[in-house]
Amino acid sequence: MLARDDKESLKRTPLYDLHVSLGGKMVPFAGYDMPVQYPAGVLKEHLHTRSQAGLFDVSHMGQLALRPKSGRVEDAARALERLVPQDVVAIAPGRQRYAQFTNADGGLLDDLMVANFGDHLFLVVNAACKEQDEAHLRANLSGDCVIEQLADRALIALQGPKAESALAKLCAEAPSMKFMDAGPHKVAGLDCFVSRSGYTGEDGFEISVPAGDAERLARTLLDNADVLPIGLGARDSLRLEAGLCLYGHDIDTTTTPVEAALEWSVQKSRRSGGARAGGFPGADKILAHFDNGASRRRVGLRTEGRAPVREGALLFADAASSEPIGKVTSGGFGPSLNAPVAMGYVPTSLSALDTKLFAEVRGQRLPLTVAAMPFVKNTYKR
Amino acid sequence: MTTTLYTSDHEWLAIDGDVATVGITDYAQSQLGDVVFVELPKIGRTLKKTEAAAVVESVKAASDVYAPISGEVLETNAELAGEPALINSDAQGKAWFFKIRIADKSELGGLMDEAAYKAHTA
Repeated sequence: MLARDDKESLKRTPLYDLHVSLGGKMVPFAGYDMPVQYPAGVLKEHLHTRSQAGLFDVSHMGQLALRPKSGRVEDAARALERLVPQDVVAIAPGRQRYAQFTNADGGLLDDLMVANFGDHLFLVVNAACKEQDEAHLRANLSGDCVIEQLADRALIALQGPKAESALAKLCAEAPSMKFMDAGPHKVAGLDCFVSRSGYTGEDGFEISVPAGDAERLARTLLDNADVLPIGLGARDSLRLEAGLCLYGHDIDTTTTPVEAALEWSVQKSRRSGGARAGGFPGADKILAHFDNGASRRRVGLRTEGRAPVREGALLFADAASSEPIGKVTSGGFGPSLNAPVAMGYVPTSLSALDTKLFAEVRGQRLPLTVAAMPFVKNTYKR
Repeated sequence: MTTTLYTSDHEWLAIDGDVATVGITDYAQSQLGDVVFVELPKIGRTLKKTEAAAVVESVKAASDVYAPISGEVLETNAELAGEPALINSDAQGKAWFFKIRIADKSELGGLMDEAAYKAHTA
């Protein structure tokens, strides 16, 4: 949350009135006035999403269309590959992929989703980075693409085991979609973009809807007794349990995809020896990390006790040493595990599973263990 | 005969003779949200007024609980340490934090009665 935000300058999403009418506790987040929780509270909202379904307003995120000037979507894909280390060309029509914008040092400018909509690419980027991302795209891809900010659309995430049945009532194609399928679909008769994805570790959907219809669609989904509105508090605890990175915390301009343990997101075709190896900002450093390893790594951390270890806590190799070996980048309480969970960066030599470490919390050294992520098994429909 | 007083930091004190039972108010718990962890002071520790005495952690964040008065910690609530959610269900009853021997009764003078606290949180 940004301290410099003052209430008057905050932007509102098309669902602001809905949040207020549902009793949302509004807080500043990435320049927007957003609900951190509703009357049910973070714990219930979190558990409800894992057992039923939760509706999240993620309209603060940026939605962009990348239209190829040639008319061929593969030209837009090739152009975007100049900015990301992912294989964009291989994203089939109707499919989506996780990606990152890299900088010249191999760090990450933002992480994003890229979908192939057949004749253009559809991008979803983080709220705090969206102006910068758009400028970055315009500066680098304007020769090949028309870049269109879709500011007149809201974005609703519907997550959890009941998401499919809730959406099926409004969108007949929803049940046949697989994880990371994405494309234009009618939802309740509205022209939406639907992807089977999300950021909770649960099966679910993200639905891009024209801003003027967003509240009506959200209310229709909330009329289903299985669906509760979920605030940013539970969104954070859900993504943390799922082991997913939060940009600006777990990944930033100083972390490479290898350090961030995101190797899985960089396809072989873009790595050394691949058909289109390199050719993105910071490729030398990132490919060297792939080839030779990096000196530090993002890992999952579990504690023995119940005291949460939060962002910023310093990590130590033993109970007495004075030199920290790393830092926690996200940490809190995992309601589904009923235990604290955290992630942070440690030297690669201390990143093996079950390595014992210590975190300093209020002057005390708490024992931690390097643990596998996701902390809670994901339920994506593959 | 006990008297209950309040601090502007949302702690309550039930005064019985020279012993005060200390907790956080219902208003405080409603602001914190779901409490998942509480750290209580060690028995025998001598607290100074306004010193951090305990920690309450919700899913979202950690908050300090300050000693509302100076004195020695006589007893802590073992049930609360095992079941922090008591703070949400019974903040001003079962979820007391600790009992403290009042070192200086004059410190009570700066605290609020119920009516004043209600006005403070209104």
